[in-house]
Amino acid sequence: MRPFSFRRALTSVALCTALLAGQALAQPQDGGVLNLVAQPEPPSLMHGVVSHVSTQYVSGKVLQGLLTFDTDLNPKPVLAKAWTISPDGLTYTFDLQDGVHWHDGPALTADDVVFSFQTFYPEVDKRLGGIITEYVDSITAKGPLQVVFHLKKPFAPLLSALGSGLRPVVPKHLYEHTDFRNNPYNLKPVGTGPFVFVEWKRGAYIKLAKNPNYWKKGLPHLDSIIFHVIPDGSSRAAAFERNDVQVLRSGDADYADLKRLSALPNVQSSEKGWELYAGLAFLQINTRKPPLNNPKVRQAILYALNRQFIVDNIFFGSGKVAQGEFVSTTPYHDPQLPQYTYDVKKAKALIAESGVDVGAVRIRLLNGEKGGAWERLAEYTKQALQPLGFKVQVVTSDAATWFQRVSDWDFDLTYNFIFQIGDPYLTSAYLFRSDYILKTSPFANVSGYNSPEADALWSKIADTPEGPERKQLFSQLENVLNTDLPIAPIFEMRYPTLFHTQVKNLLQTATSLNEDYESVYLEAPAP
Amino acid sequence: MNGVLYIGGRLGKALLMVVAVLVLSFLLIHLAPGDPALLLAGEAGVDDVQFIEQLRQTMGLDKPLLQQLLIYLGNIAHLDLGYSYRNQTPVWSLIAERLPATLALMGSAFVLSSVLGVTLGVLAARARQKRHWLDGLISHGALLLYAMPSFWLAMLLILLFSVSLDWLPAFGMETVGRDFSLLDRLQHLLLPCLSLSVMFLALYIHLTRAAVLDALAQEYVRTAHAKGLHPRRILWVHVLRNALLPVVTFAGLQLGQLASVALLVEVVYSWPGIGRLMYDSLAQRDYGVLMGGFLVISMLVVGFNVLTDVLCRVLDPRIGAGGQG
Repeated sequence: MRPFSFRRALTSVALCTALLAGQALAQPQDGGVLNLVAQPEPPSLMHGVVSHVSTQYVSGKVLQGLLTFDTDLNPKPVLAKAWTISPDGLTYTFDLQDGVHWHDGPALTADDVVFSFQTFYPEVDKRLGGIITEYVDSITAKGPLQVVFHLKKPFAPLLSALGSGLRPVVPKHLYEHTDFRNNPYNLKPVGTGPFVFVEWKRGAYIKLAKNPNYWKKGLPHLDSIIFHVIPDGSSRAAAFERNDVQVLRSGDADYADLKRLSALPNVQSSEKGWELYAGLAFLQINTRKPPLNNPKVRQAILYALNRQFIVDNIFFGSGKVAQGEFVSTTPYHDPQLPQYTYDVKKAKALIAESGVDVGAVRIRLLNGEKGGAWERLAEYTKQALQPLGFKVQVVTSDAATWFQRVSDWDFDLTYNFIFQIGDPYLTSAYLFRSDYILKTSPFANVSGYNSPEADALWSKIADTPEGPERKQLFSQLENVLNTDLPIAPIFEMRYPTLFHTQVKNLLQTATSLNEDYESVYLEAPAP
Repeated sequence: MNGVLYIGGRLGKALLMVVAVLVLSFLLIHLAPGDPALLLAGEAGVDDVQFIEQLRQTMGLDKPLLQQLLIYLGNIAHLDLGYSYRNQTPVWSLIAERLPATLALMGSAFVLSSVLGVTLGVLAARARQKRHWLDGLISHGALLLYAMPSFWLAMLLILLFSVSLDWLPAFGMETVGRDFSLLDRLQHLLLPCLSLSVMFLALYIHLTRAAVLDALAQEYVRTAHAKGLHPRRILWVHVLRNALLPVVTFAGLQLGQLASVALLVEVVYSWPGIGRLMYDSLAQRDYGVLMGGFLVISMLVVGFNVLTDVLCRVLDPRIGAGGQG
């Protein structure tokens, strides 16, 4: 037996204390106020009606959907605790969580879910409405806590369409028989989430408070969340520096400021938590206008753009060169897709091959008001296309004018970006399908791309269940689009989130920042 | 009676001016490209042509422009500022929510710049007479203040007083979640008010200095000295009253400019005022709110000008005598 050593005993006690203290620190702590930035100020606080990211950011804490997605894009339960899909892919059964109540009292039931997807969304969301009309036969409540979707034919992306923070379940008792778009609860949302709406002082702040009756016992940890409306980028950076706000999303600070801010003490930067959004920045080409109606000319344009330079020097590394029309981090992209590597010689050869005098007409590059980096991108594009003989004129306009001109097809080239949000059929398809050559939005097929081959592939993709065959169809389609190039993919957007290290559990899912924050807590919260 | 007629005439002209501003603003913003219905539908993620058309009808945008203008003026006559479809709120309530913040910012900046500017201007003029160095200090200081763009100064003040020294808040009008406290409001107001007032402070200093120097050279000043009046009384009562005419006239003109500079300050300090409301509404082509903002700002400017006209008449009763205006 070893003799007693006072020093060894002291060391052991110190070690145990340190271990216990470490454990205590790792335990989530209750209390505190999390300060965030609402930029831009959301037009509405009901993201079922307005799918604006700024709205999702706020109301995602108040309203909840059936399910969400982990960072590998696997569905995870939220209001639906479990679901089954019949082997023929025609019946989806959702079991709802027990003991969930709306913030104003009534219990959440299957009727709310049926109302949301049978009545509410078909009216406010024409894209989802179109899918429901085409694919869904009936949505029925089996008892108070079970909902069954019967489909006319299989529709692989159904879970993506119903889930995610984009389409919350709507309180039937507050919305039924009302004008959904002008319902007063769009401005003072009532949901099932961990936070209840308290106050919206326009131009100043939006305040949410802990839901004391939240259906998950012991959650949420935070006492309240305040979204501050801070319209100026430098002021947002100053507020973050002072720890007046604890989180800056990508875009809240200027790209040029990110490096400095992420080097501050007790500040962390992460690109996690945006996996579902999978943003793609692209050059939209009006394929009706000569010389842009020639696919060789469009290919030449993509060869002439040094996209690595764009990512490194214009967006300060917040991105990755695009590898195709579908984002490379999602399973829909074909890794074998031929690449348009920067090659001015090849670009010039393609122009010569096309036999088109590209300098005969002035090309208008319409530049919307998206921020400094996008303006620099437009100027860079003008310079990069000059050696090919293009005469490019950059036309800058405010956001509203850009929106109208692009919607009206009144442009030659313009930069735009979309969020792929899981399955491209639910989002990217609208940029390419000929039935979406509409004058309604810059996110429709404003390029005027009309390919029966691509259209047929989109239809097949929708009807084919998940599996190798569907993957093959996506690959075929991406090859067609990559040759025709109605849009020139520039870069996959990365979203660095800056946050003070005292904020814990922030980036947990594929839509982290817009999640409900039930498990987010502050280390050593202020009293 | 003459005075009442004078004020009545001024008010009549002011009303005409407000209507003219409204008509001009209405035509200008409707001529700019950008379709509010398309934007609103776009934000909601709607691709439905029918819905957009229906939205245009609801907003009254399907009618000829002249008819839209007449309807709008008719509504204004009934004190109805319209409805903001984007905010799902009546325009008046949006403006009423923001007006106090704008009035607090513009009012405090106006008082600070005019009172301090006039005082420093008089001091500089007197120092000039005595060939004292204070004149150089004030005049050159004013020039420096005038040369600083407000938004730039605002940013510098935030970096110094909020980020580095941590003395004052960096944004907003109040500490959210704390009960009302006058001190808290004043702390939030201090930097925006300073940023907004410096340029005007410089103008007041120069204007007052020149006017006082001019007045000091008048014969009545020599007479007053000869009568044995105290020099301080001569300066602050007799000279200043005469020198104030151009300053008061400038104050009237300044309000419009103050409103436009206030927008920049409101953006940098996240001050929830009307300027920012109008800026956001312009980006969204929210015509109703924009027009409501124009109406309020033009009424403020025109009303203040009437007030300064009246004040000028008080300072110099010769103005407006005999029906001249």
